[in-house]
Amino acid sequence: MNRLTWRKTVNTVMSGVTALCALVAVAPLLFVLGLLVVKGASSLNWAFFTKLPVPVGETGGGIANAIAGSGQLLLLAALFGVPLGVLGGIYLSEFGGWGVPFFVRYAADLLVTVPSIVIGIFAYAVVVLPVGHFSALAGGFALGVMLLPIVVTNTEQFLRTVPVWLREGSLALGAGHWKTIVSVVIPGALQGILTGILLALARVAGETAPLIFTAFNNAYWNRGLNQPISSLPYMIWIYGLSAYDDWHRQAWAAALVLLGFVLLVNVVSRLVLARGMAARRAA
Amino acid sequence: MTSPAAAKAKVTENPNPQTTQGVAREVARELAPVRTEAGIKIRARDVNFYYGPKQVLNQVSMDVRERKITALIGPSGCGKTTFLRILNRMYETVKQARAEGEVKLDEESIFGIALPYLRRRVGMVFQKPNPFPKSIFDNVAYGPRVHGIASGAKLTELVEQSLRGAALWDEVKDSLHKSAFSLSGGQQQRLSIARALAIDPEVLLLDEPCSALDPISTAKIEELLFNIEERCTVVIVTHNMAQAARVADYTGFFLMGRLVEFNDTKTIFTTPAKKETEDYITGRFG
Repeated sequence: MNRLTWRKTVNTVMSGVTALCALVAVAPLLFVLGLLVVKGASSLNWAFFTKLPVPVGETGGGIANAIAGSGQLLLLAALFGVPLGVLGGIYLSEFGGWGVPFFVRYAADLLVTVPSIVIGIFAYAVVVLPVGHFSALAGGFALGVMLLPIVVTNTEQFLRTVPVWLREGSLALGAGHWKTIVSVVIPGALQGILTGILLALARVAGETAPLIFTAFNNAYWNRGLNQPISSLPYMIWIYGLSAYDDWHRQAWAAALVLLGFVLLVNVVSRLVLARGMAARRAA
Repeated sequence: MTSPAAAKAKVTENPNPQTTQGVAREVARELAPVRTEAGIKIRARDVNFYYGPKQVLNQVSMDVRERKITALIGPSGCGKTTFLRILNRMYETVKQARAEGEVKLDEESIFGIALPYLRRRVGMVFQKPNPFPKSIFDNVAYGPRVHGIASGAKLTELVEQSLRGAALWDEVKDSLHKSAFSLSGGQQQRLSIARALAIDPEVLLLDEPCSALDPISTAKIEELLFNIEERCTVVIVTHNMAQAARVADYTGFFLMGRLVEFNDTKTIFTTPAKKETEDYITGRFG
């Protein structure tokens, strides 16, 4: 075998091996998605999205309260985590010197890796115990704590991509530091920051563990923020563990709804970001 | 450009044959060489500048004449941009940067003027066009809004005036609300100039404003500098000696952190007093 043939062979073999590995890496996602569609799609109907659960033995019913509950929990998490996270990210990128930002960044990196059950227990200790009962607020708080480090890190990184000459352009016109941040730096990074927030929300939307000790569950419409609240992940967990075929069916369908939501948010926000980046490059 | 004589030929050449204004200007300059009685707008005395322990400027003294164009030339790293960035205290954004000495704007130390006021009086245009991620209109309106100079119809008028002052109005008047990123590089740089003019500065600093532009855009910017000169003092840093010769009334030559020579442009390019200046403008180094 001459040298050229050998090199061509190596090239072909290696590109095949890497392609195979890439396929194996995404296989679990495709497998899960396929399984959910096969097992859950048949249970999806209008009632599933609009009706309350019915007692075991009765047919029909839906998971409307869990969908609404997940929405409320995510909203609460965003209300708590987004302002704090964005402002914290602004501090790290724009004001921090060396010492404090180093510590905060390190803490944020650590917080991302804290197991979500631990965050649930933390929220239990901080919110549930003093109040005396489970509540939507506690669940939102727990999800918000999970959201926080992701939003901080993401905001800081996107603000840092705004070039120095853009800031100097504003400062040179006599604008102050904060004015420059608000009207030039943040608009320059807004798409990235918003995308990061959406991705973070999609990421915590599927969390179950932090809700076990905080939001708990509720088989009816949610009765207020200081009451236990149902949510998709929690409902999937309970229904999946149950002994009833009908509940298993509904758990599959609910999982399909949740994964579909997460996928949708991911794809849409990445598309928006890609378009924003392309516009900036064209500039 | 190989000799002072060649340089002189360059000076008297009309920079923009296609425009009558360029011609008129050149004629005027030939007939009446630079007036020396122009007032002094900025007076710098014994300016030293340091980045940390490293000294970048050494005992620089210069008088910038009012409503004239002053060019700062010199090889890369000679300190000309650093000197420019002292004049509006832009250097303060860099940590560990420190300026010593005296810089006066109309007899008032610039170090005693609050930054927003100083930068309203001394505007700056950067090397790279830097439009904000906003519409063309909002880019120009940015400064007036920051300083509360104008709003409503007055602001609209001011934006138009500024865009006319930067010779950009005719090209953008129908697309004021489009993103500034939709403009070409040369247009973006003229937008930066319009933005700086909108707060009616007394001095306009330009840091190699044409280095990223093609010759046609460069000619447009040089042309509009002559109009700007009627309303404010201009200090321009340039790599391009021909540009200094074309646009400047006065030229300062920097070398290794020192102001080697400062005089009217004609003298610098025809009969420089220092050997280093002659070597530089005749292309022996740099």
